[in-house]
Amino acid sequence: MSEVFFILIAAITIASAIWVVFSSNLIYSAVALLFTLFGVAGLYVFLYADFIAATQVVVYVGGILVLIIFGVMLTNKIADNRISHSSRPRFMAGVISFFIFVLVMTVIFTTTWHTGEEQIATATVNTIGEMILTTYLLPFEVASLVLLAALMGSALLSRKKHG
Amino acid sequence: MYQNFAPIIIFVTIGLLLAGALFIVQSLISPKFNKGGEKLATYECGEVPEGSAWIKFNIRFYVIALVFIIFDVEVIFLYPWAVVYKSLGLVAFVEMMIFLLILVAGFAYVWVKDDLNWVKLSVKYGKGRYSELAAKEESSP
Amino acid sequence: MDNLTSYLVISGILFSLGIFGVMTRRNGVAILMGIELILNSASLNFVAFNRFGGMHRLDGHVFSIFIIVLAAAEAAVALAIIINLFKNLETVNVDQADSMKG
Repeated sequence: MSEVFFILIAAITIASAIWVVFSSNLIYSAVALLFTLFGVAGLYVFLYADFIAATQVVVYVGGILVLIIFGVMLTNKIADNRISHSSRPRFMAGVISFFIFVLVMTVIFTTTWHTGEEQIATATVNTIGEMILTTYLLPFEVASLVLLAALMGSALLSRKKHG
Repeated sequence: MYQNFAPIIIFVTIGLLLAGALFIVQSLISPKFNKGGEKLATYECGEVPEGSAWIKFNIRFYVIALVFIIFDVEVIFLYPWAVVYKSLGLVAFVEMMIFLLILVAGFAYVWVKDDLNWVKLSVKYGKGRYSELAAKEESSP
Repeated sequence: MDNLTSYLVISGILFSLGIFGVMTRRNGVAILMGIELILNSASLNFVAFNRFGGMHRLDGHVFSIFIIVLAAAEAAVALAIIINLFKNLETVNVDQADSMKG
């Protein structure tokens, strides 16, 4: 039963990612990105990462995707929602990304990965909270500085009159 | 672990089925003839639709979305902190207060700089309906 | 199906698609979408290795959270830049923003 769900979620993720990249309408790309992000959240559930799955839904789907759709709405002229990618050399890009794909697949299938005993499924929030507040305290505080800089910088950039 | 997520799967499935069923039912019971004109127009509470929905948004929406996403991320850190708060005690409290203080500084910056104030719209009525809806930037007093 | 290799293959496909999107798109927002795909694949890798790599702690999860946080900050700044580009040049195509070209 869970195998079926895994294959279904993986198929949704990859198919909608293909749609994101190849769709010629930017809004359709954004909607396809929604399904990709939900699919990745489902994969996190299969990896016993329930908190990461919730984070993915809250921040990516609820935040970043909304911001991206705002970006689409703010930068399109009226009734001009099509984007073209004809003038870029698509063939060369396809060759290069296919080469990268083959390279990654070769590495995945030829390496003998070090796998230990499997993790047991437990609630992860406790451990993550302890690690953030002890081991990863400095990155945690620096993350707030990064967010502060992002907020101030973007507010400054999106203001009409600078100063 | 997976069993905990079964309600979500059921919820999503019912939602998709419901949305699909509505489409099928309305295509079954809707009349097959005499379609056209105003019957195919977008319903806007009885008004005649004005223009397309694909308009350019006001840039003021972006600043609101920006503040939202920053504090959205903050919630992600607040949640595990709240779970372990009792066992870690005062240290955790001080650490999170430093984090919050830095982010509130950003919020205060946006507030002081009048980014959250909405722009006044000055509407000029020309010949057509709303033909000159000029959005003039007038920072509110 | 529930082994390390299948997750790595999915994340590899996402990564290649993201690279393709970044290289072919001219619209700045569409390039940002490609970058989001790449970040998602990296984050998926972290969590997959955390589960199957025999770790007793959850370092991969914490890394994944920081990736998501940085993606949020990055998206905010990138979209502000793109909106400014649109205001100044009336275009969002990144290859037309070449007014500093000598």
